[in-house]
Amino acid sequence: MMASGYSAKEEDGHHPGASGATGSGVAKSKKPDNTAFKQQRLPAWQPILTAGTVLPAFFVIGLIFIPIGIGLYVTSNNIKEFEIDYTGADMSSPCFNCSQGPSWNSTWPCHCSIAFTLDQPFESNVFMYYGLSNFYQNHRRYVKSRDDSQLNGDKSSLRNPSKECEPYRTSDNKPIAPCGAIANSLFNDTLELFYIDPNGTRTQIPLMKKGIAWWTDKHVKFRNPGGTNLNLSMVFQGTAKPVNWHEPVYELDTDPENNGFINEDFIVWMRTAALPTFRKLYRIIQKKSNMTPTLPRGNYTLDVTYNYPVLSFEGRKRMILSTISWMGGKNPFLGLAYITVGSVCFFLGVVLLIIHHKYGNRNNSADIPN
Amino acid sequence: MDFSALRNLISRYCTGEENWVDSRTVYIGHREPPPGTEAYIPQRFPDNRIVSSKYTFWNFVPKNLFEQFRRVANFYFLIIFLVQLIIDTPTSPVTSGLPLFFVITVTAIKQGYEDWLRHKADNAVNQCPVHIIQHGKVVRKQSRKLRVGDVVLVKEDETFPSDLILLSTSRDDGTCFVTTASLDGESSHKTYYAVQDTKSFNTEKEVDMLRATIECEQPQPDLYKFVGRINIYQDRDEPIARPLGSENLLLRGATLKNTEFVYAVAIYTGMESKMALNYQSKSQKRSAVEKSMNAFLVVYLCILISKALINTTLKYVWQSNPNRDEPWYNGKTDHERQRHVMIRAFTDFLAFMVLFNYIIPVSMYVTVEMQKFLGSYFITWDDEMFDEELGEGALVNTSDLNEELGQVEYVFTDKTGTLTENNMEFIECCVDGHVYVPHAICNGQILSGSSGIDMIDSSPGPDGKEREELFFRALCLCHTVQVKEEETVDGIKRGIHQGKATSFYISSSPDEVALVEGMKRLGFTYLRLKDNHMEILNREDEVERFELLEVLNFDSVRRRMSVIVRSSSGHLYLFCKGADSSIFPRVISGKVDRVRARVEHNAVEGLRTLCVAYKALSQEEYHNMCQLLDSAKLALQDRDRKLAEAYDLIERDLVLLGATAVEDRLQEKAADTIESLHKAGMKVWVLTGDKMETAAATCYASKLFRRSTQILELTTKRTEEQSLHDVLFELGRTVLRQHDSLTHDTFSGLSSEFQDYGLIIDGATLSAVMKPAQDDSSGNYREIFLEICRNCSAVLCCRMAPLQKAQIVKLIKASKEHPITLAVGDGANDVSMILEAHVGIGIMGKEGRQAARNSDYAIPKFKHLKKMLLVHGHYYYIRIAELVQYFFYKNVCFIFPQFLYQFFCGFSQQPLYDTAYLTLYNISFTSLPILLYSLIEQHISMDILKRDPSLYRDIAKNCLLRWRIFIYWTFLGLFDSMVFFFGAYFLFDNTTFTSNGQIFGNWTFGTLVFTVLVFTVTLKLALDTHYWTWINHFVVWGSLLFYVVFSLLWGGVIWPFLNYQRMYYVFVQMLSSGPAWLGIGLLVIISLLPDVLKKVLCRALWPTSTERIQTKRKCLTVEQSTIFMLSQTSSSLSF
Repeated sequence: MMASGYSAKEEDGHHPGASGATGSGVAKSKKPDNTAFKQQRLPAWQPILTAGTVLPAFFVIGLIFIPIGIGLYVTSNNIKEFEIDYTGADMSSPCFNCSQGPSWNSTWPCHCSIAFTLDQPFESNVFMYYGLSNFYQNHRRYVKSRDDSQLNGDKSSLRNPSKECEPYRTSDNKPIAPCGAIANSLFNDTLELFYIDPNGTRTQIPLMKKGIAWWTDKHVKFRNPGGTNLNLSMVFQGTAKPVNWHEPVYELDTDPENNGFINEDFIVWMRTAALPTFRKLYRIIQKKSNMTPTLPRGNYTLDVTYNYPVLSFEGRKRMILSTISWMGGKNPFLGLAYITVGSVCFFLGVVLLIIHHKYGNRNNSADIPN
Repeated sequence: MDFSALRNLISRYCTGEENWVDSRTVYIGHREPPPGTEAYIPQRFPDNRIVSSKYTFWNFVPKNLFEQFRRVANFYFLIIFLVQLIIDTPTSPVTSGLPLFFVITVTAIKQGYEDWLRHKADNAVNQCPVHIIQHGKVVRKQSRKLRVGDVVLVKEDETFPSDLILLSTSRDDGTCFVTTASLDGESSHKTYYAVQDTKSFNTEKEVDMLRATIECEQPQPDLYKFVGRINIYQDRDEPIARPLGSENLLLRGATLKNTEFVYAVAIYTGMESKMALNYQSKSQKRSAVEKSMNAFLVVYLCILISKALINTTLKYVWQSNPNRDEPWYNGKTDHERQRHVMIRAFTDFLAFMVLFNYIIPVSMYVTVEMQKFLGSYFITWDDEMFDEELGEGALVNTSDLNEELGQVEYVFTDKTGTLTENNMEFIECCVDGHVYVPHAICNGQILSGSSGIDMIDSSPGPDGKEREELFFRALCLCHTVQVKEEETVDGIKRGIHQGKATSFYISSSPDEVALVEGMKRLGFTYLRLKDNHMEILNREDEVERFELLEVLNFDSVRRRMSVIVRSSSGHLYLFCKGADSSIFPRVISGKVDRVRARVEHNAVEGLRTLCVAYKALSQEEYHNMCQLLDSAKLALQDRDRKLAEAYDLIERDLVLLGATAVEDRLQEKAADTIESLHKAGMKVWVLTGDKMETAAATCYASKLFRRSTQILELTTKRTEEQSLHDVLFELGRTVLRQHDSLTHDTFSGLSSEFQDYGLIIDGATLSAVMKPAQDDSSGNYREIFLEICRNCSAVLCCRMAPLQKAQIVKLIKASKEHPITLAVGDGANDVSMILEAHVGIGIMGKEGRQAARNSDYAIPKFKHLKKMLLVHGHYYYIRIAELVQYFFYKNVCFIFPQFLYQFFCGFSQQPLYDTAYLTLYNISFTSLPILLYSLIEQHISMDILKRDPSLYRDIAKNCLLRWRIFIYWTFLGLFDSMVFFFGAYFLFDNTTFTSNGQIFGNWTFGTLVFTVLVFTVTLKLALDTHYWTWINHFVVWGSLLFYVVFSLLWGGVIWPFLNYQRMYYVFVQMLSSGPAWLGIGLLVIISLLPDVLKKVLCRALWPTSTERIQTKRKCLTVEQSTIFMLSQTSSSLSF
């Protein structure tokens, strides 16, 4: 500040004569503009939070929130959800044997089937999830261990994956496709549902494996290298499969629309979960007709091809069947929270009303005698 | 700023070689003196280049970066950035690098631009042509090539290129006129004198013949001090030595006026010129808000470090199980495995630090600086603080102290020119007890023809007549007034009819002008100073000529001035005028008692009094005096002390003639302003050099003391009767008794019912009080004095020396409450206190610009202080207090969820938010609303603030930044962040909330938290805003909209430059689900609820007076504004 002031003075000194002539002119230009902004007199709305003004807001919040909360709660309660733990940690569990095996190297698939009963029929579409717990998909080292440009079909990244993928970047000096810890630990249990008729026949329930991933992920973010027409095995030549996988990426599915990087199971897995206990969408059971429920009441078996070891990190595996409403799966939290907040607001409104009546007038007049 | 101190130190060290030479010898025209006179040691001087720029093209980048990173905050962010570059950190270095880069770049550009301007100015100055005499010819050269010893020709209206010793001028009497407006702002013309022996040189040839050397002191920054000696060699004779003083020294930057040309020799060039030495930065003042802000920062730094430590510890506890540390699905690289555990722990600690470092945001400093810088414009723009007469508005010299204006507890004000107009009016004079009053007292217009004298009492005898005329002549001669025959002079101007042209009296002291004018009305007109002769037109229209022999200039220590003149009849007189206290002790005869009585009478009336005395001198006496003066003037060292001693010897044994009285009217609204300041809870102290009676009268007039005020006197008069000890204790007891009865009632608004105390203390007593303790008994005088002062609403300190003013301020500043002090003054004698006080305010007065130049803020009139403090100060304080608290709050809200997230991601430093959000949160999503709030918030309207000064008490003692409130904000931040995080957590808890059954991932989780965060934090500010202009609406809703648009865009495209696409469509997918909307709304409302509730309850149950006024206004806006006016007067209005 000092220095700039100084230079201004210097310049003043070098316009001799000017100062005398402009004496009155300077005075005029120095006068500040009388604008509302400069005089800090802009027209303004001046709200004040008083008991009086806040009262209606509290009542309104109360009156709106409680019905919403009840609506949400009822909706959530109407959702049917069935969950079954098939980890096989207990001796009694049918999958106990499978869970004990040293897993990744085992070439033989281990099968187990678990019987369960649905007490109520599941109307409308049923969504089948697998759930893992104590699985830290949100661990920093894990989250960043992927190469998005490789997954987007970039050829150079296919040959030379990102450093972030270490130590799942190369195998036998060949680049891994898809690289990284996330892809490497792809959930590879196969779950199949069978309905047991009262007369004992097993009918397999058709499970739809499309539409489980975000549309944008499937169509934009994930792409196979070299477009769709080419033979995928050619495209992926020279790359290695992730070490834990049984088959290379181009053999994930027979359907070319669901193979390679755009395999929906793969895409779903690649979206890392927020919390260590999570579920991921596995299959959709579509409603067949209006007459029969999608899953009628009765006995079912879940056939598991048990590949995925979780006991080493004290994890659990679950299979969840759930119907969906407009607000998603079963979650009473939102409804309860709305009801609570609504009631609290209503209650506070009443308290404020009392305060307002008792003290409001006193305050307004209290200081005037002073 | 502290860098300049360092630079000074270095330069002092480097130039130490030169410095041990106490004086310098300059060879005029680079001609050596005749050999053998003295050993010739060539000295080297810098050239005349002015370098005000800090940087050159080459060193700009490193030097500027170095200076910027000297700031602790910048350095902290640099360290964070470097850590991010070196170790494997959770967030990309961009997140902290980009804001830092932005801040550094903007600052660098600003500084670079300023420096470029300075370079340009420097070049303009350094390259402007000067005329140098070489070998008898005038040579044009660039200014920067001027060297010490060059003889320079300066023409009218040119500025002096360096500090010059005046050799000769175009005027016969060897004088020239100079205006130093660009140096100290005084636009009045000052007279400078050429060296006696050289003043006859009129051509280049003659000047070139001159063989002389100048010995003078090394350059020092005091503009008004200079000692030197010129030795002139003529024809191998002994050199003639002449003294040189500041009256011979033309300063660089000053402009030559009314003089055709001068020859002068350069003695101080370039950076050694007094002007350059004067432009060194003042010491930086820091505001109370800044201090609290730094304290809060330390707290947050501790929080940051403890967070990182906690997380690091927990991480290692948690992953002691190898299956957690490295489960099969999440292997480490070999490199990571091999690292030593201590190194890993340390890098983890650093990584956590990096993850949480945003809790201390870069942007806070930028925002605070911008707020201060931009906010200060409102002061300069203020229409009400513009003075039509001066043509100037308020001036802001530093924007660092804006908020301090709202925290002032003590106001120290000067009297003359600050409380009063400094517009002197001659009222009366008293010669030997006979009182004379001029007839017409109306702004310099004289009633023609009248003798203009009203004698109050009987006409004196013939002897008296002689005395009377001597008195009038004394006043006509004993002054330093100049006569100007032009109109465009800004200084003190009064028209006098001098036959033909209109003339003005000009002087640096308005008293003198008033006196000379008063004399004119009494029949003695001072015409001019010509050829060292003063001409007076006496009552008989005869011109009397007096030869002016010596002028013993006025100074504030002596408080008097004298002239020695020789009348046309050859008589020698010494006339002396000065303050009564400095004249009476030196008087040996005259009607002292009668004059003294009159002086005291006038002083009580509030008039400024001066006494006049004379002494007839014999030739011999005069001769002795001349010798005394000359030897003192020739001294190179301690000249001031020697001069003072000489003056003391000369001004002795005087004969008292009489006294004068001059009125200094109060400034308009001074009383109103002081009353408002009192009501606002400020203690007002008047510090003046005036007599006690005069000052006390002014204080009564300005309502500093009311009729009901009990005055406590602590003056020399009283301490003569009792010992200082007793007086102090007695006063202490009086005051404390009162104080005890007051303690139960702290609401000082009611104190008017109680006894109000005012204290009067004079300079002599004050120095006795302040004297360091000699023995134990007097050791606590200071404390007792302070105790008394604390309980007095008004204090008057009279007979103060300038330095004592600063001492008083310092004393109060250092007292145990550490109150915020403000000093306001207009003259050079107030500079010391202006610099000492927390806030220094200069009045652009008539005594030059020194005070305004050294102040932090300058205002045209004292009355503007009211708006400055009560309105601007109040606003700035609440604005910056909210700014600081809000910044910490919003960063707690921002970072604490990340901290909580660590508990759910295995303490792996996984960031909750995307990089873009981390970077932009403080830069763009939440920056503008708070900046705007801190610029234009008005919690109460301006008029109410002005009408009701007691509102100022509501923010006293930095109350919005107390720890309690800081902790409230921090806990509010913690609560809100818990709501954000756990709200999202339960929403996500092991389920889906889309209608198509698809699942969201961790980035959606973070985006949800972040969206709630941005909305809550912005709406929280909206709730705090009491003043919604269209700009507020635009910025608040605009920044929310910007967040949404940015998120849509950021997630809407596969960005080719990013190596990850984790945000792709995350925001849209989130918004496509109904529960997300419901959840966001719910969480925002839950977060805001406690704050709203707290506000409403506090307002209803324990309202502050500010809140009462707000509520009252709210009720009243519905009704007619006329009713509001009624409510001010009638108390029985019901609502």
